[in-house]
Amino acid sequence: MTLFWIPVLALLGTLVPLLTYRFGRRTTLATTVIAPAASLFLVLSLLPDVYAGQVFMWQHEWIPAAGLTLSFQMDGLGLLFCLLILGIGLLVILYARYYLSEKDHMGRFYAYLILFMTAMLGIVLSDNLLQLWFFWELTSISSFLLISFWSHKTEARKGARMALTITGAGGLALLAAFILMAEVTGTYSLREILASGDMLRDSSLYPAIIALFLLGAFTKSAQFPFHFWLPHAMAAPTPVSAYLHSATMVKAGVFMLARFYPVLSGTDLWFTVVSIVGLSTLLLGAYTALFKHDLKGLLAYSTISHLGLITLLFGLDTRMAAIAAVFHIINHAVFKASLFMAAGIIDHESGSRDMRQLNGLWKYMPYTATLAMVAAASMAGVPLLNGFLSKEMLFAETLHQTTLGSLSWLIPVLATVGGALAVAYSLRFIHDVFFNGEPINLPKTPHEPPRYMRVPVEVLVVICLLVGVVPNFAVGDLLNTAAGAVLQAPLPEFSLAVWHGFNIPLLMSLLAVAGGAVLYLNRRHLFGLQGQFADIDAKYEFERSVQWVTRKAVAVQALFDNGKLQRYVIMLVLLALAGAGWPLIQLADVNGSVEPTKADMPMVAGAIILVIGTVLTVLYSHLRLLALIMISIVGLMVAIAFAYFSAPDLALTQLSVEVATIILFLLALYYLPQRTPLKESSIQRIVRDFGIASAVGAVVGTLCYAMLTRPLDSISGFFLENSKTGGGGTNVVNVILVDFRGFDTMGEITVLGIAALGIYKLLAGMRLYLPAADHEGQAWSKDKNPLMLAVVSQSLLPLALLVSAYIFLRGHNMPGGGFIAGLITAIALVQQYVAHGSSWMKARLNLPYHVLIAVGLLLSIGAGLGSWLFGRPFLTTWFDYFYLPLIGKFELASALVFDLGVYFTVIGATLLILANLGQLNSAERPRIGVR
Amino acid sequence: METIYAICVGAMTTGGVFLVLRGYTFAVVLGLTLLSYAVNLFLFASGNLKIDAAAILGESESYADPLPQALVLTAIVIGFAMTAFALILALRARSDLGNDHVDGKTVIYDELGQNSANQRGENQ
Repeated sequence: MTLFWIPVLALLGTLVPLLTYRFGRRTTLATTVIAPAASLFLVLSLLPDVYAGQVFMWQHEWIPAAGLTLSFQMDGLGLLFCLLILGIGLLVILYARYYLSEKDHMGRFYAYLILFMTAMLGIVLSDNLLQLWFFWELTSISSFLLISFWSHKTEARKGARMALTITGAGGLALLAAFILMAEVTGTYSLREILASGDMLRDSSLYPAIIALFLLGAFTKSAQFPFHFWLPHAMAAPTPVSAYLHSATMVKAGVFMLARFYPVLSGTDLWFTVVSIVGLSTLLLGAYTALFKHDLKGLLAYSTISHLGLITLLFGLDTRMAAIAAVFHIINHAVFKASLFMAAGIIDHESGSRDMRQLNGLWKYMPYTATLAMVAAASMAGVPLLNGFLSKEMLFAETLHQTTLGSLSWLIPVLATVGGALAVAYSLRFIHDVFFNGEPINLPKTPHEPPRYMRVPVEVLVVICLLVGVVPNFAVGDLLNTAAGAVLQAPLPEFSLAVWHGFNIPLLMSLLAVAGGAVLYLNRRHLFGLQGQFADIDAKYEFERSVQWVTRKAVAVQALFDNGKLQRYVIMLVLLALAGAGWPLIQLADVNGSVEPTKADMPMVAGAIILVIGTVLTVLYSHLRLLALIMISIVGLMVAIAFAYFSAPDLALTQLSVEVATIILFLLALYYLPQRTPLKESSIQRIVRDFGIASAVGAVVGTLCYAMLTRPLDSISGFFLENSKTGGGGTNVVNVILVDFRGFDTMGEITVLGIAALGIYKLLAGMRLYLPAADHEGQAWSKDKNPLMLAVVSQSLLPLALLVSAYIFLRGHNMPGGGFIAGLITAIALVQQYVAHGSSWMKARLNLPYHVLIAVGLLLSIGAGLGSWLFGRPFLTTWFDYFYLPLIGKFELASALVFDLGVYFTVIGATLLILANLGQLNSAERPRIGVR
Repeated sequence: METIYAICVGAMTTGGVFLVLRGYTFAVVLGLTLLSYAVNLFLFASGNLKIDAAAILGESESYADPLPQALVLTAIVIGFAMTAFALILALRARSDLGNDHVDGKTVIYDELGQNSANQRGENQ
């Protein structure tokens, strides 16, 4: 359970800064650190057991049928990353407090940062691969938010988009790799997959898995040729660069290499691809870093280069190399985070990051300069610092390589070249910024930063020194545990000592330092050489390809979407026609085994009226009022059909809905033109549309006939048997609605409520032309609310309410129920609106219909939740029979409460629509922002 | 009986689709209403047609299938909500765009020979 809380605490912590932001920066900082600190404490509490070799697991079945489990695991590698994520994260939070200006929304920044932290914790702790992937994508999204934090800057927005596109696309490749892995191994559990390496390596899908997997890992870790997004992500505030682009997010890719090292590595394919990509990235990054004038640009390319180094180590076919990779992950995170923070301090206190302006800062900020120089020396691989140790290990491992066959000697040589370049750019960082004359045109006079802004850098630099001087004491156990988890096997013997005697790796180090110094001293010539090459800016290339894709997408879309509704409808109708028509063509005989019944006279008469009504609706559709009268005939016949075919509930519903619909249409017609222009469509179009419509009608009719003549195989027997005994009602239709399928009904009344609220919003602020006369030029009647109608409707109201109460109460056992009763009540009230006008109604019945919908929904949810109190599933009905004198025996059921919820929602929704439409031109009309 | 029923459903579908394909919002909403009648009858038919069957337990031996009835009952109410939404959307379009054509683009002269765009102007 401890394990579960590590990411979840962080997730809860996301909300904290948003809530406490208003209380000032100090409070925000103090409260924001609580959740990550608590998570870190939990991690530390598990530390001794993980050191002892225990693997923690926590899981919760989510959707077992789909194999989806919420599961976390922690071993040595997870532990190492948790410490990095939370430790450096806390330092960055402290640092950001001083870095961000008053204008920046600190709460939002911290919220994004901790969301990102949660996502990283999720990646390193997930056991289920799909869950892992979810967190993987979450890091892409939260890093998008962080990079674009200063969204007013173009480069921030573009950089964020580029990072999201590249890492997001890589994420999809990774998902595909995970799915293939699960196909091969039959499980999504990381722990189980880690045990089935042979199965994966022997599978024919192995090359595809490797390709997709490496795509995911390399895009995230900015490996060549996907490295170009990282320098552009430097548009982010510096704390973000220090955290995401040195210590954590870009490490997610190499984490993935480490995590799947035991199952995916071990083949020539792996070693060749990973080592070549790593080596190229190492060299390319180091070389480019040398020429960057921007402080953060230099660090970004240096990061790319170091990530290449780690990748290269995973691509070398010795176990020691993997250990060295893990070691370098720690070291790089520590020195690079401190360097980014130092760069941020320099930027913050001098107003520039350009090394052509920044010179001689030693005089202004000696303390910060010392810290930065120690960290930069570690980056260069100077002895007695942590960077030296892992670089020595790399050099030692490159010596006995066979990966590239007879070309394997290239690896140590190129590694030394990379080392020399690293020394050169580190020298440049130190010499150019802190010495080399005087600052040129700085916006501000540089000075030391606030005390606590330096603390995070100090902590990290102390770790650099500690690891560099007493490696075994400082990280021995952690490295052993983490490397053991990476290899999933006993570790080879190795020593972390600073001094190994005079040997070839030491010589390579000396060569690198000397070479770096020579390179730096001759930098003028190098810059001149580099200046002759055209500067390729990845941003423009990327933007060009994005624009190309956008243009193509727009062109494709234009094929379908030309802004004409009639065309979309035709496409939809034709698609449906093809979908339904094709199976009918396959069907040999439309007649089924059931003998058709003979029609009787009422049925034939009804059908004739219905068809005539339909035809007249279509014919008179341009004379709108007449069409309305015709369609009401059709609706009426439908209601009669329901009654005729033994569905009294449906007949009642249809009848009341019909009344509401016609009132609605009449109201709407008042605001619309009374007639459609006669030249509405060309004759060709009418013929074409009629042809399509007839085809659809023929298909639907045939389908209906084919269905009717086939024997019925229904599950309704169950409902008929259990309605009385299980649901306590004899009206099976109602029992299905409120009990068997109560959950559906709840969804449906929710939709009804949402539709009503949407309509309300559409009506709010609507301004319509109100005609002074009808289409024949006759003025509307002056008597808006005729006395006769007022008197009659007022006397009818109690009767209508009584009927609706009766229909509602008997619903469980006789035709009726909440839907029908609600409609009857609503129509009775609408009648009062019609007869008296809305001001009169407002004075007498000031019902807020929104609230009525809410009350209805809450009642039905409450009726559902009530059954939980008795330990039963949601919406279980309870009923019993009681006896009262005078009334006699009666039944009480909890379904009645549910039905009451339906009743209220229907009234609320219907009246919200009709009453507000009716008072659109009155003083009570709905307005935006006013109820 | 089945034939007649199927013809009715087919006729209503034809009318509904034809009206939905028209260019003015009022006809489209009328068409949607007709279509929802047709669909409701179609769904109802999936329980087969029974005359004089019992809808309430204990009234007779032959029962009408209650399941399609329950489904159609909610469909009728939801259909009402949909019709209302489409109709109000049409009103809103007329209010905001000045005419009641489905694409809201064409300038339309109504029966009184008034340009709808002018009507909008008067209103403000």
